[in-house]
Amino acid sequence: MTADKRMTADEAVSRLESGMTIGIGGWGSRRKPMALVRALLRSDVTDLTVVSYGGPDVGLLAAAGRVRRLVAAFTTLDSIPLEPHFRAARQRGELELTELDEAMFMWGLTAAAHRLPFLPVRAGLGSDVMTAWPELRTVVSPYEDGEELVAVPALTLDAALVHLNRADARGNAQYLGPDPYFDDLFCEAAREAYVSCERVVDSAAFAELGGPQTLLVRRACVNGVIEAPGGAHFTSCAPDYERDEAFQAAYARAAADPAAWREFTGRFLSGDEADYRAAVADFTREAA
Amino acid sequence: MSATRAEVCAVACAEAWRGDGEILASPIGVLPTIGARLARLTFSPDLLLTDGEALLIADTPALGAKAAVVEGWLPFRRHLAMVSGGRRHVMMGASQLDRHGNQNISRIGAAARPARQLLGVRGAPGNTVNHPTSYWIPRHSPRVLVERVDMVCGVGHDRAAAAGPPATRFHRIPRVVTDLAVLDFATPDRTMRVRSLHPGVTAEELCAATGFPLDVPAGVPRTRAPNAEELRLIRDVLDPDALREREVRA
Repeated sequence: MTADKRMTADEAVSRLESGMTIGIGGWGSRRKPMALVRALLRSDVTDLTVVSYGGPDVGLLAAAGRVRRLVAAFTTLDSIPLEPHFRAARQRGELELTELDEAMFMWGLTAAAHRLPFLPVRAGLGSDVMTAWPELRTVVSPYEDGEELVAVPALTLDAALVHLNRADARGNAQYLGPDPYFDDLFCEAAREAYVSCERVVDSAAFAELGGPQTLLVRRACVNGVIEAPGGAHFTSCAPDYERDEAFQAAYARAAADPAAWREFTGRFLSGDEADYRAAVADFTREAA
Repeated sequence: MSATRAEVCAVACAEAWRGDGEILASPIGVLPTIGARLARLTFSPDLLLTDGEALLIADTPALGAKAAVVEGWLPFRRHLAMVSGGRRHVMMGASQLDRHGNQNISRIGAAARPARQLLGVRGAPGNTVNHPTSYWIPRHSPRVLVERVDMVCGVGHDRAAAAGPPATRFHRIPRVVTDLAVLDFATPDRTMRVRSLHPGVTAEELCAATGFPLDVPAGVPRTRAPNAEELRLIRDVLDPDALREREVRA
């Protein structure tokens, strides 16, 4: 019988160390493993290299000074195009950015998942992605075409953090929304993967929720399962919930000045996940 | 009934996809979205469109409205395959764009400490070397149409040529639509050229709003106005809330 991998978000984060390369799943302000990010903020883990299709995960970690280097194609809140905390950290010169094209990112993770040193792509040729990332090399096709393409290095991760709709205790995880994003790739590219989910279910329950193709993440690459209802808040986790636009707007507004941001973190991020949910419930009541 | 500037822009955006056949039209922004949908409802009926998320939609609803018929699944990873496969024509924005068609959406200023950090390169490097990429600029100004961009995200003609045949093989920038004019790169040295001036815009006005020398030939045509059917589709079907008038003011 496979081990029961259930643990708390704090237990998962206690396995991470400063200086690690951490991949964070989701896309923009969609299905981000925010409960795990909040646990990371409660820990003393810092000096991270974060690999992400960036959203508020990047913003929060950058605002807290936990990120040394970001590997990303963008950082956005979707309905608010520019992530204010990421912008501020970059404009203060605190955050090193390795920028790559969205497809380069996917092939970097794919290379890592396949244990390849690189994969060739056309994306990046001619752009400043090539000059801004001095380690980047090209490779010449050994076939008749002889094309010289970008060799995207494997984006091998020390750990991956992802959030899905359902998971079983062994680490199989199911997405129920329209887009898998790249969460399975993040898990496969990582030495350790931690999967939070809206609800832990018995494996027998998967079939009632969706076809086998919704079983995105396989337990063989998962080290921890964290039951975290609302664990993607304030990002979306369709079909369980949409993005909390009012809360996201408050988060972005608070970025405008240090006192407002201190108040925001004091109110929402100074306690544990239960405190966070209680504070969000209060916020929602006030806004109603 | 005369068309507003925004309505002229909607048709100019739509024209970018004329003759494109059965490919994915990827509009970024309000006017390009109206344009792509208008193109599909009129002269380019075979275009594929998404709901802005993971679904290909078979009907053509108003901005913000939910599609009734889904004809396909296009999550981000498959979208990236469509980019590489070339069956796509995107119309992107640009924080900066130069005369060679180099586009920047990443940052203003130096890499280590930008004066303004913007979105990031997104898919622009891949789009531009894989399939047609047009640009939409809702506010034509010397701050956007610049001598030199701070970071090349979308690849222009000079940079593609310098990178060699693998970069030029599928590189194409069909047109740039702004709130003042339609431009393209059909010149011997592949630099920007005025294709048409929108009604009411003077050559002087356009040159003053452009941060590099731009030749406006005498007798350059006017951008065509929408016909009655196009106006009806824009106003009654695609954008009944007139969001277009907020992106491009009259």
